Amino acid sequence: MDNEVRVIEIKKSVFAANEKEADELRDANKKKGTFLLNLMASPGAGKTTTLTQVINKLKNELKIAVMEADIDSDVDAIKIKEKTGVESIQLHTGGMCHLDAEMTKQGLAGLEGKDIDLVILENVGNLVCPAEFDTGASKNIMILSVPEGHDKPLKYPLMFSICDLVIINKIDVLPYFDFDLKLCEEYVKMRNPNATIIPISAKTGEGVDKVCEWLRNQVKLWKGSK
Amino acid sequence: MHELGVVFYAIDAIEKVAKENNAKKVISATLELGEVSTVVHEYFLDLWNWEVKKHNIMKDCKLEIVTLKAVTFCEDCEKTYSTVEFGRICPYCKSKRTYLLTGKEINIRNIKVV
Ligand SMILES: Nc1nc2c(ncn2[C@@H]2O[C@H](COP(=O)(O)OP(=O)(O)O)[C@@H](O)[C@H]2O)c(=O)[nH]1
Ligand SMILES: [Mg+2]
Ligand SMILES: [Zn+2]
Repeated sequence: MDNEVRVIEIKKSVFAANEKEADELRDANKKKGTFLLNLMASPGAGKTTTLTQVINKLKNELKIAVMEADIDSDVDAIKIKEKTGVESIQLHTGGMCHLDAEMTKQGLAGLEGKDIDLVILENVGNLVCPAEFDTGASKNIMILSVPEGHDKPLKYPLMFSICDLVIINKIDVLPYFDFDLKLCEEYVKMRNPNATIIPISAKTGEGVDKVCEWLRNQVKLWKGSK
Repeated sequence: MHELGVVFYAIDAIEKVAKENNAKKVISATLELGEVSTVVHEYFLDLWNWEVKKHNIMKDCKLEIVTLKAVTFCEDCEKTYSTVEFGRICPYCKSKRTYLLTGKEINIRNIKVV
């Protein structure tokens, strides 16, 4: 009977193992008081520029580190280090178009024992793949930039549905594009009624304080509810 | 776009279940892919065939893919319709206030082992 053909029912998402690992990572980070922020966007939306601004405003009150996973991440990792002075490490996605909880965990191991309050993960620049994989982050945020168009939330519903904060960047160029900010906010809310939306210009600095305030609050909540 | 990651996850998960069940070999596996899941079938199959050979217990494993229909719900007229046919705009009332009910699944349904 040992050689009999058996059918084993599984009925599980392919991502089930990753989701379990992500939950474990979140628990571990919570115990350590480390807030992990997963930042996603299309290439060129302004992740690195925004991060630089935000970190410079928060680095005196929070111990911050950055993990870079975007394609041209050596460049970004160096840029962040030069412009902010905070530690930034590079993650290796092994040619993959996303990070998963295991890869994130390996990256965090490189920061072990340093008592970091806030780790920011610059995820791979793409709006499809990173949305499928829970990295174990405390919160997910994304940057949508004005030149990309206000209908992005309709085209990438999953991405918008998992983000707690949507930053609309490059509002300094609003006069040159037929980007409808109101409509865009409405589309985001359609995908995710609980999302916070903050329009900014990482170039002029407009709105950046609001992002800092949001982040400061989130870190406080995370650390407070151990 | 991330077929490679999905292939790795699927093979890992299947291998684990097979071993837990003391199987010698996995003969076939059935995957459910939603019509609008982010996985491209042909690309997925190529990667599967390439990766599966590296796993002893699975090297002859046949892959069967079942497609699950994508269905969208309209918040305005509360009807459902085929996502692939009509996309994001409700064919009944032309509303854009719609959301996907099913269609993005990437599930392992079952495996056949000896
Ligand atoms: N006009 C304008 N340009 C911006 C703004 N933020 C970023 N950029 C530019 O957009 C380009 C891509 O920015 P970067 O931060 O490298 O994007 P990333 O690929 O998402 O990390 C750079 O040339 C930035 O100078 C902004 O608020 N306004
Ligand atoms: Mg960058
Ligand atoms: Zn309708």
